[in-house]
Amino acid sequence: MSQSLRIENLHASVDGHEILKGLSLEVPKGEVHAIMGPNGSGKSTLSKVIAGHEDYVVTEGSIYLDDVNLLELEVDERSRAGFFLAFQYPHEIPGVTNANFLRAARQARLPKGEEVDAVAFYREMYAKMDQLGMDRKFTGRSVNEGFSGGEKKRNEILQMMMLEPKYAVLDETDSGLDIDALKIVAQGVNAMRSPERGFLIITHYQRLLDYIVPDVVHVLHDGRIIHTGGKELAYELEEKGYDWITKEPAAA
Amino acid sequence: MSMVLTSPEETTSRPAADWCEAPPVTDADAKLPEWYRSLRAEAWERFRGTPAPARTNQAWRFADLKHVRFEGYAPALPLAESVVADLVARAVGERPADYAAHFVFANSRLIHAETPGLPEAALCLPVGETLLTQPERIRGHFLQHEDFLGGEKFASLHAAATLSGLFVCLPKGCVVTHPVIVHHFVGGDGAVIFPHTLVVAEDQSSVSVFDLFESITPGEETLIVAMADLHADHGGRIQYAALQDLGDTGAKHVQLQHTRAGRDASVKVGFVNLGSGWIRNESVNRMVESGADCQIFAANLANGVQEYDQRTLQSHEAQHTTSDLLFKNALYDRSRTIFSGLIQVQPGAHHTDSYQTCRNLLGSDEAEANSMPGLEIDADQVKCSHGSTSGTISDEEIFYLRARGIPSEDARKMISLGFLHEAIEKLDGEALQDFLFARVEKKFAAIG
Repeated sequence: MSQSLRIENLHASVDGHEILKGLSLEVPKGEVHAIMGPNGSGKSTLSKVIAGHEDYVVTEGSIYLDDVNLLELEVDERSRAGFFLAFQYPHEIPGVTNANFLRAARQARLPKGEEVDAVAFYREMYAKMDQLGMDRKFTGRSVNEGFSGGEKKRNEILQMMMLEPKYAVLDETDSGLDIDALKIVAQGVNAMRSPERGFLIITHYQRLLDYIVPDVVHVLHDGRIIHTGGKELAYELEEKGYDWITKEPAAA
Repeated sequence: MSMVLTSPEETTSRPAADWCEAPPVTDADAKLPEWYRSLRAEAWERFRGTPAPARTNQAWRFADLKHVRFEGYAPALPLAESVVADLVARAVGERPADYAAHFVFANSRLIHAETPGLPEAALCLPVGETLLTQPERIRGHFLQHEDFLGGEKFASLHAAATLSGLFVCLPKGCVVTHPVIVHHFVGGDGAVIFPHTLVVAEDQSSVSVFDLFESITPGEETLIVAMADLHADHGGRIQYAALQDLGDTGAKHVQLQHTRAGRDASVKVGFVNLGSGWIRNESVNRMVESGADCQIFAANLANGVQEYDQRTLQSHEAQHTTSDLLFKNALYDRSRTIFSGLIQVQPGAHHTDSYQTCRNLLGSDEAEANSMPGLEIDADQVKCSHGSTSGTISDEEIFYLRARGIPSEDARKMISLGFLHEAIEKLDGEALQDFLFARVEKKFAAIG
């Protein structure tokens, strides 16, 4: 049994327009991979396709989470199977409190007839909020409503910590964060790094990778991974831009 | 405070065979004060002289007038003792956790009263009993307001007939922490009741009153013509919440509400409608002295062929007055809602701050939400806004919840409940909020 998030020859389009054109990569359990790439290369499309957003149509290829074929699962089933997407633009859900939302997400993971232990749940949630420097008032507030950009991103990390996925994709989690918030978010992610979990971090800037040091860096361009290297690749990209890679013939 | 349970003979009279030809409550009880008897007689004449709502009447625009009918009802009959005992048990078993007092009326008769958290100075007495024992206490405020928003014929009928419901009077500075809960049960095919709620908060006093309207047996043809009349004097604070959770077929519910907010007074009104085949709410909120503030909220969950018709007025009659209105309708199946709201800034009511929002969440293609927001401004330096929106649950909200593992149906339910919760959470009192929310959830579970 393969212990990885494995994407093979993925083709996906939106409104009939092909965005991913044969993307392949593998994030083994225990590793942190980063995907960098210029605007429009398909970074956010990749995250939505893995999560199962219905605006995106997969025309070819496969996505496996360990030995589970994710493409055969509904959006909520993928989450319960152990996949997590930290959204670039988390949605606001008026009238649904953060605590009730998280509780429902946890409840959905329990066998029928079992109930979330409320006391233990709150204790755990408070501890994790403390870790992220989130005020307790956020438990009673509607999900993401009126949150600042940084608060929304912290809330995404809180959800990830509460749901303990096997594999997580963080979609431009660093955008809109000041340096202090970035450090806190990175600490949260680093605390979750484990041999039992894989991360794929989508980012536009190398800055986040100073705090969440990746094992592998991929470069995405025109819907394909065109270059893969170690963490030093991020610095190289920051310094030289993307042209030196994108103008090379695509790596197989 | 002493409490007397009035006997049925004192609060209701025998039903007239054809009650539209004679007042539903007769003057058999000579102990009622003369001023009240003439007020009632005049109201009956007004009722007789006022035409029934017609299609051409703007105040009934969009309303399906087939629901509006006065004939075929008779005042509800007294209930058997075993039924009364069951109702008391039901009311006591299902009430918000915190309360200062709890009164239960069934078919217009008081069947239960307890006042564990009521300060000595606060007066909480059935309207009928007040008229018999201390009529001068109630005279200044009782049934003084006749103008509503199209429902004047109902108002006159109510005035001619009411003898049930509660008079709550807070003397200067008296603060009641927890709500005064009042249950109103109606039962029997063709039964009509006329519950009245009169709240008078004198200077710097504060009280919360919660009316619950429920069917004894769902499915019966019943009519409620209720009125809530709220008076907050200088710095007084009133919260009034009404839950209409009648059987959703057969039952009809008319509730007229009037607020008079004085200097620096604040009044909060909340309607939650879940049951009834047809309802008509009219909410008249008058800010008559500077600093007065009114907040009006509604959370309505309609399904089947229910029609919820709500008309509101925010009347700013003095400088530096503020008001805010938020009505939320969640509609399923072939249900209909009508919201007509007017903000009126009277001449000279400068520096008014007034807002009005109606939001409709359409859970079905066949549901119909009608909104008519309105503004009339006759003063300067006024901040007003009004708006109404209708829409379905956004796919992106559903996707977000599903991406956390919550199944699609649960996600829809959470978002719909959250939509209504936003109005309910504007009310004060956690136990009250929880209670109302649980009832909304219960109805939602029935919709499926």
